[in-house]
Amino acid sequence: MFAYYLELALRSLKRSPGLTALMVLSIGFGVAASMTTYAVFRGVSGDPIPWKSSKLFVPQLQIFAPGRKGSDAEPQDALDYADAMALQRDHRATLQSAMYMISPSVIPRGAGRHPINVTGHAVYGEFFPMLDVPFAYGSGWGADADSQRAAVAVISGKLNRKVFGGGNSVGKTLNIEGRDYRVVGVLGDWNPQPRFYDVVNTGGFNSGSEDLFLPFQTAIAAGMGNNGNTNCDAVPKESGFVGLQQSTCIWIAYLAELDGVAAVQRYKQYLDHYARDQQTAGRFAWAPNNRLRDLPAWLDDQHVVPSDTKVSLLVALGLLIVCLVNTVGLLLAKFLRRSGEIGVRRALGAPRSSIYAQFLTEAGMIGAAGGVLGLLLTGVGVASVGLVMPKSIAALARLDVSLLLVTLLVAVLATLLAGLYPTFRASRVQPAWQLKSN
Amino acid sequence: MTLHPILVALRRHKAGVVLIALQIALTLAIVCNAVFIIGQRVERIGRPTGLHEKDLFMVEQTWVGAPSGDDPASIEKLDALQRADLATLRRLPGVVSVAAANTLPLTNNSWGGGVSLKPNQQNATTRSVFYFGDEQLLPTLGLKLIAGRAFNAGDIVHQGFRDTRTPPIVIVSKPLADSLFPHGDALGKTVYFDGSRATTIIGIVARLQSSSTSSWSSGFDYNSAIEPVRLDAYFSRYVVRTRPGREQAVMAAARDALYAANPMRVISDDPGDDNGIRSFAQIRDQAYRADKGMAILMGVICLILLGVTAAGIVGLTSFWVGQRHRQIGVRRALGARKIDILHYFQIENGLIAGAGVLLGVLLALGLNQWLMSHYEMTRMPLPYLLTGVLAMLALGQAAVFVPARRASNVPPVVATRSV
Repeated sequence: MFAYYLELALRSLKRSPGLTALMVLSIGFGVAASMTTYAVFRGVSGDPIPWKSSKLFVPQLQIFAPGRKGSDAEPQDALDYADAMALQRDHRATLQSAMYMISPSVIPRGAGRHPINVTGHAVYGEFFPMLDVPFAYGSGWGADADSQRAAVAVISGKLNRKVFGGGNSVGKTLNIEGRDYRVVGVLGDWNPQPRFYDVVNTGGFNSGSEDLFLPFQTAIAAGMGNNGNTNCDAVPKESGFVGLQQSTCIWIAYLAELDGVAAVQRYKQYLDHYARDQQTAGRFAWAPNNRLRDLPAWLDDQHVVPSDTKVSLLVALGLLIVCLVNTVGLLLAKFLRRSGEIGVRRALGAPRSSIYAQFLTEAGMIGAAGGVLGLLLTGVGVASVGLVMPKSIAALARLDVSLLLVTLLVAVLATLLAGLYPTFRASRVQPAWQLKSN
Repeated sequence: MTLHPILVALRRHKAGVVLIALQIALTLAIVCNAVFIIGQRVERIGRPTGLHEKDLFMVEQTWVGAPSGDDPASIEKLDALQRADLATLRRLPGVVSVAAANTLPLTNNSWGGGVSLKPNQQNATTRSVFYFGDEQLLPTLGLKLIAGRAFNAGDIVHQGFRDTRTPPIVIVSKPLADSLFPHGDALGKTVYFDGSRATTIIGIVARLQSSSTSSWSSGFDYNSAIEPVRLDAYFSRYVVRTRPGREQAVMAAARDALYAANPMRVISDDPGDDNGIRSFAQIRDQAYRADKGMAILMGVICLILLGVTAAGIVGLTSFWVGQRHRQIGVRRALGARKIDILHYFQIENGLIAGAGVLLGVLLALGLNQWLMSHYEMTRMPLPYLLTGVLAMLALGQAAVFVPARRASNVPPVVATRSV
């Protein structure tokens, strides 16, 4: 029976090619616009570390006096040096790391090669196991390297290729700002988007790469300045990098791994306790106002997903709805034009369910055709997204099997949905009346 | 012609009428808001920086193994390096002037803070971004001085970039001057940066946009202060003005000349946004790329929407014309002129579109309200809505014309034929 309906549908569609093309085009464009913007949205709103994000927490403290510049009811989104070091010293989480952005220059070996700038982060050794950072060779460093301010470095695969020509470079020395560092690890393919561990300084999405990780205290001792944001509510008393470390300016990101509800609760209490201690000591002249957000909540709070991508998705969905309303109208016209044919079929004994089957098959066929067109247009759309969106974001929009399936599915389901009412109307056609009028 | 027969006929196609009206309403709501977004972005992109942007480029470079910049000796060393670079650039053929600057408008490298009228004021009077540069900065950027005087070489000091001292004099942009001194008497007054850094206004430039294009500086987009300081850091930035048309040639020569003078530096050769030497046109393009993209995207969606809706009207009206073939023939046989039939369909469409537009206005305002509450969006001005309404009505009329003409060409003889 289904084959028969298919043939009927095909014949009917051929009879009015203009109307059919109109419906297919409208479904195709509607689906493609939605899917292209959805691909971008999916790219930027994905969880960068889904297996662990609920265990990663960002502690926030009220470091600036409340009610002044840079502070509403929310505490600051970064830490100053003293507080970051206190949290690191107390070591209350399973794993934790303070970090700041660095951008030193690396001097490649060999004559005639210009020095290059590399960006990266100064972190504690626990950073690597905490974020499950993949290593191609070697590993991170241990706690002793942190405390001894060892001159060790972890480099990206890209920097490894650029400086050492690839391969296992563990044990080789790298000249950073005129000082030799021993490479202890070479990263595998790792370029998380957004840069969830430091969204404040990286702005979330970043087309650049993270090429270098140094021990936090080693970088501090080497006077390697902060390459990220620095936010102050008072002019530092001393100038220079050391002055920055003694100031209440905030420039350090912090991440802690907490396993289980009890651990989170304990860490919260610890933060409150810490802030109250600072209040007693006279450093903070205000009551504790802390936050401990897990990573998804933190990314949401920091508005990491650009609002443009959300607005585009919304507008494109609106377009899809208009296309569907359009399809409902056209299908209605198309189906009711065949009232005579319906009347004959019904008079010859076809039950209403057959009419439903016949016309929904036809709608489904239009949906499938629209879906195929939509696939092609989505392909074009995703490929040209780089023309209209920033590189760092456009690169995240990818065409994969699941997107293709979703595109087809949306097209067919949406058209079937649009076909429901016209089919209902068609099934209500009175056979007697149709036969009489003919 | 009275509306009565049209209304009666419409009642027999309730579903079709409702669908067209709904489609017009949704289209109007989305198109209005999308065009409003386009308008906002275009306005944003078109904002002047206050610079004479032609024949201007920026060099950004980092010293390798630079001294810390925190002690006097290392600051002197960094400053000597910087002055050597400025001299190197000045010697290039085609160069008009060269200035040291910590940042430029639209580059999103910003140093900002509060500006107060009294020292240690609890809440700053206004906020501003701070530019640091030498005496060549004003002429090189092409800034228009409207009051007071420009810096001369004797005014310029040099200090480490984390140094928090402020020189005794400053030049401010007119918007900053006005928000501090609404009576226009800013010249010669003392103000306080970041609560405590005292300085006196000696000059006012007509316009200088903030170095930041992000929402951080929204509200003080044109509040700028220029301090007569050559900042010494592990990096430096230079602005170069060239003779007309020589920009590309000088940009190419600048890299080689700087490397030849001192190879211990990094000038990024990234092919894209991070290149160490960028013309101001490139800087502008990069700063507004996302806005331009959003405007294009919204434009494409609007075009598709309008196309789909117009096509929908054509399709459904064609269907109605076919359905009423006989009735049209009867009317023609009874003496209706072609123009009467044409008008019939045009008025019918006008009625449906009118109803759709009424609903659409409500939807458009609702959508605007919703976007305002969820995203950075302002209230849509009335002209957008009115233009949208007129455009939708015109679109309806244009779309209905072809099927309506076909209807008007139905010959009266149809009435006498049986189907």
